[in-house]
Amino acid sequence: MAVTRQDVLHIAELARLGVDNARADELTKELSAILAHMEVLSQIDTAGVPTTAGVGAEGTPLRPDVGERPVMERTLESFAPAMRDGFFIVPRLATHEDPAESGA
Amino acid sequence: MIVENFKNLGASAIASSVRAGDASPSDMIRASFQRAREIGAGPDGLNIFLHSDESASMEEADEMKKRLESSPDVGVLAGVPVAIKDNIASLGLPTTCASRILAGYVSPFEATAITRLRANGALIVAKTNMDEFAMGSSTENSAYGPTRNPHDVRCVPGGSSGGSAAAVAAGITPIALGSETGGSVRQPAAFCGVVGVKPTYGRVSRYGLVAFASSLDQIGVLGRTVEDAALGLETIAGFDKLDSTSSDAKVPIYRLSALGGPAPETRSPDTEAIRLGRSPVPLAPSPGATTLRGVIIGKPKEYFPDSLDASTKDLCERAFDRFRSLGATIRNISLPRSPLAIPVYYILAPAEASSNLARFDGVRYGLRVDPGKGLKAMYEATRSQGFGPEVTRRVLLGTYVLSAGYYDAYYKKAQAVRTLITDDFRSVFASGVHAIFTPTTPTPAFQVGAISDPYEMYLNDIFTVTANLAGVPAMSVPIGRVRRLPVGGQIITAHFDEFTMFRVAYALEAALGAEAHQ
Repeated sequence: MAVTRQDVLHIAELARLGVDNARADELTKELSAILAHMEVLSQIDTAGVPTTAGVGAEGTPLRPDVGERPVMERTLESFAPAMRDGFFIVPRLATHEDPAESGA
Repeated sequence: MIVENFKNLGASAIASSVRAGDASPSDMIRASFQRAREIGAGPDGLNIFLHSDESASMEEADEMKKRLESSPDVGVLAGVPVAIKDNIASLGLPTTCASRILAGYVSPFEATAITRLRANGALIVAKTNMDEFAMGSSTENSAYGPTRNPHDVRCVPGGSSGGSAAAVAAGITPIALGSETGGSVRQPAAFCGVVGVKPTYGRVSRYGLVAFASSLDQIGVLGRTVEDAALGLETIAGFDKLDSTSSDAKVPIYRLSALGGPAPETRSPDTEAIRLGRSPVPLAPSPGATTLRGVIIGKPKEYFPDSLDASTKDLCERAFDRFRSLGATIRNISLPRSPLAIPVYYILAPAEASSNLARFDGVRYGLRVDPGKGLKAMYEATRSQGFGPEVTRRVLLGTYVLSAGYYDAYYKKAQAVRTLITDDFRSVFASGVHAIFTPTTPTPAFQVGAISDPYEMYLNDIFTVTANLAGVPAMSVPIGRVRRLPVGGQIITAHFDEFTMFRVAYALEAALGAEAHQ
């Protein structure tokens, strides 16, 4: 099933990837071509076949459901783009900055 | 003598020399960096290293020397230089996954596999180039330029662990760590003429391996010889409480040199290794490298199509002849759903990647590009400028197959066919076949820039990706050359039967001798 330009722009938004017009056209062709090779799977009868989400290594033991803090040799501040008082700093939501969008 | 001959030395020989005092750990570091300079491992040459720090490695070597002075029992890898793929978290050197989005990032913790190497005496010399986030089959997708094949600089080294394979092939380190999601250790091993091992899913801890597709990812080992690869896997394998998919299955001794008699090396009693739960147990000695009597080797027809490169096919036939002369029985088998593996893989792996790579958002670590238009614009600018074209393509592909309306047709369908592919392997091994032998790749290494179509590139994984989907162990060993370029043969065994896989590999390596590199 062919991917449309609208599909590409939609999934790019879901994936939080900025895609310009020229790249959207390329990706439409590329993704359609790749997915065309996947169509062969629709011919396979999988009625009653369980799905495999992971290969479930034998002997994988359960552990008590108690989290442990990982040992960190460097502080979060040493690699986070922006931190203050132990919190990650992010830009404001656009709706808080743009009165038109927020309906204010 | 030891230093002069460094590029040809195996890890065991280096460790023995260091423990015996014939060479110092710093001699080995100097020799490794000297070899890197000779071969041109830097960005203007083969572009193997992304990050290295000779003075820091020398300090590590000096520490090792002090440990040796107090006790010669510092581990089976005493003083052995090791290179690490850049998606495995290390202390000291950056971990960038060859991506702009992680430029300069230094991990605050260390992968369990590296901790175990160091606990057994290894010295880390470099982080190696790779396809960005391990997405690729040629190491051309690195944000820092492609790595070149040491056998022919016009060619790719394979990927995504191309830097690690090239480091071993060029004689810079006898062992390197890579990672596998669909063949990323075995395919570059084949292209570079070295040994590459993908263990059973769960055999090696994924703690500290930057996640690409978590149900498929495994850390693997590249070595110049089967013995070096066996030594590397023994060192890093075993249960780790920091990885919930890590298996507590006992880890056998894989090295032939350590079987059939007292092990030549004493394992380090390092408390860190004990904390990490290593408990290797020797199995009964194998009959040795000179016989495969009683071993049944499967030859799956789907891996020898008419379109297979004729010279590659001839070299595989030569390997089958050697197996027969060693006493093995060759049985024609079928893995009928294997031709579906590429479509299945390229649905499941991008789907998992689209979720795993959501963490690269410019908030907690890595690149942030903020155009000053709010949070969503920051996310989009950071990710679109931080990710390269292949990563972007796969994240979008994964998002598509998981999105409403397409989930059942693509993702759920692929998960069901994955079950069928795994069933094929289980049936073959249940029928009495001990090991399966196939070509590792459809062709030898291709030239840089020769493949531009994404799906054509994906087909490089056609013989390797099935083992990842099924979770079984597999390795590539050199079986000869075509037009001066190495060709690899692949050995696949049942879940957690790396022991048989190594036994077959040792036998083939010994039977081919110098022919493996001719």
